[in-house]
Order: sequence, then C-alpha cells, then structure tokens
Amino acid sequence: MLSKRIIPCLDVRDGRLTKGIKFRGNVDIGDPVQMASYYYEEGADEIVFYDITASSEGRDIMIDTVRRVAEKIFIPFSVGGGIRGIDDMRQVLLAGAEKVSVNSAAVRDPQIISTGAEFFGSQCIVLGMDVKKVQPTDQIPTGYEIIIDGGRTYMGIDALEWAKRAESLGAGEICLNSIDADGTKDGYELELNRLITSNVKIPVIASGGAGTPEHLFEVLSDDRADAVLIASMTHYGTYSIKEIKTYLHNKGIKVRMNW
Amino acid sequence: MIAIIDYKAGNLTSVKRALDFLGQDSVVTSDYSEVIDAERIIFPGVGAAGKAITNLKRHRLDQAISEVFDNKRPILGICLGTQIVMEMSEENDTRCLGLIKGEVHRFPESLTNSDGKRLKVPHMGWNRVRLKRRHPLFEGVETDSEFYFVHSYYPVPSLSEEILGETYYGAWFASVLLSKNLAAMQFHPEKSGRPGLKILANFCKWSGKDVE
Repeated sequence: MLSKRIIPCLDVRDGRLTKGIKFRGNVDIGDPVQMASYYYEEGADEIVFYDITASSEGRDIMIDTVRRVAEKIFIPFSVGGGIRGIDDMRQVLLAGAEKVSVNSAAVRDPQIISTGAEFFGSQCIVLGMDVKKVQPTDQIPTGYEIIIDGGRTYMGIDALEWAKRAESLGAGEICLNSIDADGTKDGYELELNRLITSNVKIPVIASGGAGTPEHLFEVLSDDRADAVLIASMTHYGTYSIKEIKTYLHNKGIKVRMNW
Repeated sequence: MIAIIDYKAGNLTSVKRALDFLGQDSVVTSDYSEVIDAERIIFPGVGAAGKAITNLKRHRLDQAISEVFDNKRPILGICLGTQIVMEMSEENDTRCLGLIKGEVHRFPESLTNSDGKRLKVPHMGWNRVRLKRRHPLFEGVETDSEFYFVHSYYPVPSLSEEILGETYYGAWFASVLLSKNLAAMQFHPEKSGRPGLKILANFCKWSGKDVE
C-alpha cells in the first residue's frame, strides 16, 4: 500500500532560504540546494519549494536553483509561488521540478488548472488552498473560506466547493493550508482536513500547524490526509525526519522507512 | 552510449539527470539511427498512450525500439514506456508496440483497500515491489525499498513468467515486467531515491540476460 508522505517545505526568496536554518550541530544553511540535499538524505519523501520572490530577476534565480536541486536529489519536488501561467509552469518543470503548485492565480483564473493539466498532465498540477474559518453563511456553507494573496484577500468562495471545482478542472493534488493553524504549532486543522479529504478523490496534503509528531499522527490516522507538509519542526532541529517517521511507523502509520 | 527516447512525453530530463549523476553517458534523442546504434535504450514517459504512439510512429521510433529488442540490446521502459510495450491499452483504445503480450487497464474507480476504504486513482506515491525471483536489475536493492509511482493505468501481461515484480494497491498488479532483454517498470526509478538509482546503475551494466 501507499506510504503516507512527509514533505518538508522550504520558503525561498531571491534564491536563498528566507530564514537561515539551524540544524542540530548549529550549522547555518541558507542555500536551498544544500538544504534540499540534506532532506533528501534524511528521508524526506518529497520536497516543496515556496518562492516568495517578487522581482523577475529573482524568478530567474529561482529557476537556476530548481535546476541545481534537480541535479542532486532524486525524489519528486514541487515549486509554488508566483506561478501565473503555462510559461511559468513550463520553465519550472523543464528545470526539473516534478510538480507545480498554483494558488492565488488559480482562484483568479481557474482555467490555469485545466490548461496546465492538459499541457503537462494532472499529476503535475497541485492546487494550493489557503483557508480560513468563518461564520457559515449561504455563500460559505461549510464555514471555511478561501483567501488569497498570502492571507490578505477574502474571496467569498467556499473551500469545499473550490476543492471540488479544482478537482474537476484537473488538479492532481491539493495542498490544504489552514491560515488559522499556520504557525501555531498546535496541530493541523483536523476538521477541515477531514472535510476536504473525504469529499475529493485526489490526494490531500495537510499544511499548517505541525509542531510535534503526534500532530502528524492525528491528521494521517483515519485518512484525514495523504501527506503532511512540515516546516519549523524539522528546520530548527527540534525533530529529525527519521525520528518523526519512526514514531509514525511505531504507531501503525505506513511510512517509507528505507531510503 | 545510452539513448533516452524522446517522443515528447513528459519530463525526460529527470532520467538524463539521474544518469549524469551516476556518471553514465547518455543522449536524449528522437533520431532513428541514434536509437538503433545505441548500446542500450531507456524508454521513459509520462502522458497519454494514444498521443505517445502517434509521436513514436512519426519518427519511426516504434520500429527502432522493435529492432533494438530483436538485436538483444538492453531496453528499460519506465511508466508510460512500460505500458506502450504491451499489445493494447484501454487509454484512448491504443494499439501499442506488442513486445510483451497483454493489455493495459485502468484502475477501477471502486478500488478499495482491505478495510473497505476507497483508494484514490491515480496511484501516486511510494509503494513496494514484491519480486517473484532474483534478477540482476534488483541486485543490491533491499526488499523493503519503496518506489515512486504516478499512474492511473497498469499493465496486465498474459504470461505470468513475464512478471518480475508485483505491487499491491487494492489488488496486486504487475509493476515490473521482463521479456528477454526488455525490462519495464511502472514506477519511476529516477525519482525513487537511492534504491531507484541502484536499479538504473544496474541497468547500465546489464547484459540483457536473466542471469549475469
């Protein structure tokens, strides 16, 4: 059977990690290529790069970074952030990424999903969703609303409705980020993950809120998610991927233990 | 020189990069003579069967692959490349190369695991391969290794002796096929970490025979 995937997420700006990352042993690493290699060796099942660069110059640096990562790591990795159309997708995929992730651009123009899937295949297209809990209304019956632009703009779109629509447009996977849980280290938004995962057929990656291996167990058990995105819990050396996987394995979650 | 067959199906550069990493000379090509002259060929691909066959025929690559097969040079099919060597695919009702007897079917939407939970299609992520016997391509690959799969269709070979490995996803399916000098795997060795690279390295020195 499929293993649940553990996916570290790296934020990159102008070709550097946004925060210098401090591992055990106090090695400061700001280079995304080194960091990706480290996680590859450590047993990450996939890696996500989130590019928060604004300038076009910075975009070119990112493409070069993707190319250098692809020479070193031989597991799938995806790139998100600032993907606005087919040309952006093509550049990133040709540079060696396995998948691209679209978020705000897809909410503004959902066709980017179908066109991307048609050109490159659904397996390449990940829909990133930023979701915030609100008072349920006729427009937002589930009480989970889509927001974009890094959490600034409320779109008046129900999260479940958007997930289903993206699936029918050809998204291959959903990366489901809870804005409420993000950065809290209090655990994933379990209710939201259950809602989306049980209503779409494509895999769902839980994102936002991971602080301990128990949090991963909560969202991976009972099939609330197919994969988990993690960041600070491993970036700062609090846990290693191996420790996390051993914990999950001992709790009966199928994870890839031999790498 | 290893020829990686270019038929405009998905990301071929990842196989090339893996071979570069292993220090193996390779070329991505859609040139008929370059393919038939190659010492060994890799036939990768992501995408749809119908379009793939059309593109192969346009460059006479279907013929080139069959010639290399007859000349007993080692061939490695990956993912869509594995499905294309079968006789027939349900995907776009495509007549394929027919180097291995059998068909390609789609995973049923009703696929469930042992506790009755519905399984997602495509089968995407890391899964194991149960080998039916030893083979030089899997030399040094540990039995609990996992490999990266992304597919909605799977091969159903007619001859059980041409199944080298099987994978469980709601049911067992043939994930590694072998017919003489042609090995074909449904997963992506170029995206499967160390065990995948080991298989590629083994392929680079494989004689094309069952036993070295």
